[in-house]
Amino acid sequence: MTAVIEVPVIDIPVATDVTFRVRRYLPEIDEEPHWEDYTVALFPTDRVLTALEKIKGDIDGTLTFRRSCGHGICGSDAMRINGRNRLACKTLVKDLDIKKPITVEAIKGLPLEKDLVVDMDPFFAAYRAVMPFLLPEGHEPTKERLQSAEERARFDDTTKCILCACCTTSCPVYWTDGAYFGPAAIVAAHRFIFDSRDAGAEQRLEILNEKEGVWRCRTTFNCTDACPRGIEVTKAIQEVKQALIFRRV
Amino acid sequence: MQTHIFDVIIVGAGGAGMRAALESGTRARTAVLTKLYPTRSHTGAAQGGMCAALANVEEDNWEWHTFDTIKGGDYLVDQDAAEVMCKEAIDAVLDLEKMGLPFNRTPEGRIDQRRFGGHTRNHGEAAVRRSCYAADRTGHMILQTLYQSCIKAGIEFYNEFYVLDLILNEESGEPVTAGVVAYELATGEIHIFRAKSVIFASGGFGKVFKTTSNAHTLTGDGVGIVWRKGLPLEDMEFYQFHPTGLAGLGVLLTEGARGEGGILRNASGERFMERYAPTIKDLAPRDMVARAMVQEVREGRGAGPNKDYVYLDLTHLPKEQIESKLPDITEFARTYLGVDPVTELVPVFPTAHYAMGGIPTDIDTRVLRDNDHAVPGLYAAGECACVSVHGANRLGTNSLLDINVFGKRAGIAAAEYANSTELVELPADPQMSTISLVEGLRSGTGTERAINIRRAMQETMDMNAQVYRTEATLKEALGDLQELKRRYLNVSVQDKGVRYNTDLLEAIELGFLLDLAEVLVVSALERKETRGGHAREDYPVRDDVNFMRHTMAYREVSAHGEEIVRLDYKPVNVTRYQPMERKY
Repeated sequence: MTAVIEVPVIDIPVATDVTFRVRRYLPEIDEEPHWEDYTVALFPTDRVLTALEKIKGDIDGTLTFRRSCGHGICGSDAMRINGRNRLACKTLVKDLDIKKPITVEAIKGLPLEKDLVVDMDPFFAAYRAVMPFLLPEGHEPTKERLQSAEERARFDDTTKCILCACCTTSCPVYWTDGAYFGPAAIVAAHRFIFDSRDAGAEQRLEILNEKEGVWRCRTTFNCTDACPRGIEVTKAIQEVKQALIFRRV
Repeated sequence: MQTHIFDVIIVGAGGAGMRAALESGTRARTAVLTKLYPTRSHTGAAQGGMCAALANVEEDNWEWHTFDTIKGGDYLVDQDAAEVMCKEAIDAVLDLEKMGLPFNRTPEGRIDQRRFGGHTRNHGEAAVRRSCYAADRTGHMILQTLYQSCIKAGIEFYNEFYVLDLILNEESGEPVTAGVVAYELATGEIHIFRAKSVIFASGGFGKVFKTTSNAHTLTGDGVGIVWRKGLPLEDMEFYQFHPTGLAGLGVLLTEGARGEGGILRNASGERFMERYAPTIKDLAPRDMVARAMVQEVREGRGAGPNKDYVYLDLTHLPKEQIESKLPDITEFARTYLGVDPVTELVPVFPTAHYAMGGIPTDIDTRVLRDNDHAVPGLYAAGECACVSVHGANRLGTNSLLDINVFGKRAGIAAAEYANSTELVELPADPQMSTISLVEGLRSGTGTERAINIRRAMQETMDMNAQVYRTEATLKEALGDLQELKRRYLNVSVQDKGVRYNTDLLEAIELGFLLDLAEVLVVSALERKETRGGHAREDYPVRDDVNFMRHTMAYREVSAHGEEIVRLDYKPVNVTRYQPMERKY
């Protein structure tokens, strides 16, 4: 390895005023949600989450949203930004059109609790319902179970899910029928159905074959577009459908 | 107000909390309280792996791992605890695999392993492949797998329940555990959870710093609660700065990037670690690499318009390797800095990452109230605890190991204790201090906003108590913190509501952060040596004669009602490794 290489030159960015149009709802005060505008100075590389933190800190402390890790791996800050489901911490100002106000609202399809906070319990209940855990068969080995790199790769994509609900709450079927399991739960089922160590595929497929199961999917691809982890959600759902038709994984 | 009764209450649903729940839940009636949802916990942000001497890809054994952990911790590690951790590491990894964790695999289908900082073959000869991993999202997979296993086991969770107080009572003049007080975020309601055992698994407090890899929610609540109860905190001056945070942002880029062959370079492109750690170079322990990076910048060899960072270079690695082994950090660099690691150098600089110190425990995770006595029924595991397996500097991957090994031990110990004892009576009005804390902030008319105090605290900590410290900078920080604590008394919140009042929550969190920042700085002032993550420029060498000992900080209140941090010390447990000069 050579000790010295070429290094690049980088410009210093400047801050600009950006307006956010936020759909507000304080349940103890407001009868209905309404829109309010806030303007904050931001760098192009700032995240929408940075803007929300500034609004809450410097303008209006009542603005309420969830957030934790701040870099797209905890899944707390899913919201609709300019009409699309995204994570606020993974959406940068430079990737939005700042000539008009940037709209921010809660994700759809789950009960609105306050401002950008929704009730996540129905979402996690659907996740739990598909048995998202390993169901092995036979004796427990003394060392690790063997799994080839190819077998491991078969379900790699769906292990990335952070349960942010961007996919499920972008699904038009889910908006009209909250009993539908939704894409995220099917992704979780896929992760285990296609794991070579698992023997519970039959049970999960039975669950997903029900009325509110996988057949409700209308392949609109909203879920794939919404996924901040780049999971091919619709493809995973299609694979589960095929497994149901052919009963083979 | 509602009252609940359990055998075991676990505070926090990250790796340590859920690993504990899996053990405790099968033995005793258990509930897990988390201020988030379990899958939002910061264990999910860990990337590079979990070390265990499986010897799947080359010769290795747990004794070498123990030695590396002790040397990496600059000999402040309690050696009996490190032995336990490294020995139990092997089963800890196999347990996770059996639960379904999708580890990367070798061509033979075994769990694959890769190199990591400070992990060596035969006591420092060369880097060893010891880290078991799932791409660069090992923590994510651990968190998901543990949550999934908790669902399978039917563990009871109270999500978005913020624990604000520990309830202790007295028996024969000594403190015993009676439960916790929690604030339900959705409703603003106060809940009392009576329990025979309480396990704190509430994580760290990186938010005392401005530049940090830590989540917004890592505010040291559990550590702060224990502190306010008059129980000691151990080795709080030892805070780890991870070398490779994205410059200016602090977002973590795994050490696994260097494990895969990545190289650190200064502004002129030089591989500077060759000068600081000639044998293992870029895979030296984090404290040494972080200091080297700061040194490069101070001496004018930093890169960028302000010459304030260095580069992580992966461009010589095959695109295939980067995208399959390091996909997440590749995406972080692309998303947040617009830099593609496949073809470009990534600007990096140290970021506040991990508290080596915390709530002192013994190897069975029992919380100590002094050097020799545990509080019956009280346990702690994970980053909030100090066993101490990390000493003055934690090795990479040993935190994911810590949470699994000591989480498991905590779950077993807490449940067994609960099954051997009766519920402790509640003291009178155990909810009162929580109610006055919450209502004081909500109904207060003070003029201070929490965010301004938080910003000032983070600025002074980054400026004065970071990678390098001196008596002067630490005194500066202490003065600032004491002033900020005075201003904090005048904080009020704008949101006066009861439902999802995050304005209130953040103000409470700030109170814990201020307390812990002060303990950190006071402990750092008195440690007049350089050891591991604590680098004093005015005392640049390790002093085993005077400081081969743990700091034990106690909160005391003077006759005038003033809070005082009193320092005491605890000997290091040395079994078979005498301190040596630390070279790599």
